[in-house]
Amino acid sequence: MNTTITIDGKTVPFTDGQTIMDAALASGIYIPHLCHNPDFEPHGSCKLCVVSVNGRNMTSCTMPASEGMVVASDTHELNEDRKVLVQMLFVEGNHICPACEASGNCQLQASAYYLNMLSPHFTHFYAPREVDASHPDIFLDLNRCILCELCVRASREIDGKNVFGISGRGIHTHLVVNAASGRLGDTDFAVTDRAAHVCPTGAILIKRQGYRIPIGKRTFDQRNISEVQMESSQHVEPDDERKT
Amino acid sequence: MNEKRKMRVATCSLAGCFGCHMSLLDIDEKLFDLLEMIEFDRTPFTDIKHCGPCDIGIVEGGVSNAENARVLKEFRDNCRILVAIGACAIDGNVPALRNNIDLWDCFQEVYLYEGGLEGNQIPNDPELPLPFDKVYPIYEVVKVDYFLPGCPPSADTIWKFLNDLIAGREPKVSYEMLRYD
Ligand code: SF4
Ligand code: SF4
Ligand code: FES
Repeated sequence: MNTTITIDGKTVPFTDGQTIMDAALASGIYIPHLCHNPDFEPHGSCKLCVVSVNGRNMTSCTMPASEGMVVASDTHELNEDRKVLVQMLFVEGNHICPACEASGNCQLQASAYYLNMLSPHFTHFYAPREVDASHPDIFLDLNRCILCELCVRASREIDGKNVFGISGRGIHTHLVVNAASGRLGDTDFAVTDRAAHVCPTGAILIKRQGYRIPIGKRTFDQRNISEVQMESSQHVEPDDERKT
Repeated sequence: MNEKRKMRVATCSLAGCFGCHMSLLDIDEKLFDLLEMIEFDRTPFTDIKHCGPCDIGIVEGGVSNAENARVLKEFRDNCRILVAIGACAIDGNVPALRNNIDLWDCFQEVYLYEGGLEGNQIPNDPELPLPFDKVYPIYEVVKVDYFLPGCPPSADTIWKFLNDLIAGREPKVSYEMLRYD
């Protein structure tokens, strides 16, 4: 059955089972998102994709579209809310972009640019987080993890390896490595795995690849995240996934 | 001559690297235009020791010791508009990498355990400002009116930003001007 919703006044068709996000992306409408990746089941953790549906706020990545919905997304109020969410992610982790290999190719940073975040605003947690360099080819730096669980989903669903998991509660929630030692080097994780390339931030980095792209040529140097994510929602390029 | 009163601008570097100041100097010959519009109060470019009443105070660097906090308070007390310039003032940046290392361990590593330092001691002269446990963004210490991110912000960005501020316009940091690295 083919019916329609409206997003910011535009008529958008959808098919049964599509979420508001699916319908928006298929129609070329950008809704900011971090934990959503069209190749995976929705997750609903980042909340950047919150839209107003018939006057109530809902996560568009998990909300099924239904006939006649009136959706507002690109409003000043919602974009300010999204900026606050990004600010919360920045102070919760340790995001020192000038020293991060993902800078310029990072979706968290690019979302902050898109939303015109000029400062993280809140009090920094400066929480002690782990760096795991035990794997010969891959770094895991939890200082930059935003708990989107894309690596968890990719490893489980695509690589069939189940390398990652989430543990702890509340602010202590953190990514864990499913090995008796808890170390990445003691898993069968490989650079060719999808999970090694799906991280939207600089939490999972391939060793010996950093700083290869000159400043000015990095993904978000020339185009903003809405342009890049809209393009990649049409065709995903798995070897430079931070664009998606 | 009915010369307009020039804006008075103070700048300082707290736990900074002077890179933001260098980027300001990168406006090159536009410095002459700038000096038509402003005069400097306390800055590393002048010999003025304390910040007097100013229109604009520009602060580079985070707050890492007691002297930083004192200077920052002097700036806040004297400047109508206070601007945090650069990643260090805004989020602590690279110096804040020490925030998860015990301060005493840091000091021992640098002053006692480093090779070739036999007989050294950790400096404890009262002349020296005491370091804080962590490096703090300046907005966690005083109220900040405007933020200009970048490590450092480019000269063009600083020029555009200053022109807006001096002209009394709300400074806008456009997508092209905005970067954290
Ligand atoms: S992961 Fe992204 S936001 Fe975090 S430090 Fe790296 S570039 Fe910056
Ligand atoms: S490591 Fe990356 S992909 Fe995995 S949960 Fe953290 S941010 Fe998401
Ligand atoms: S994209 Fe919907 S909650 Fe993250």
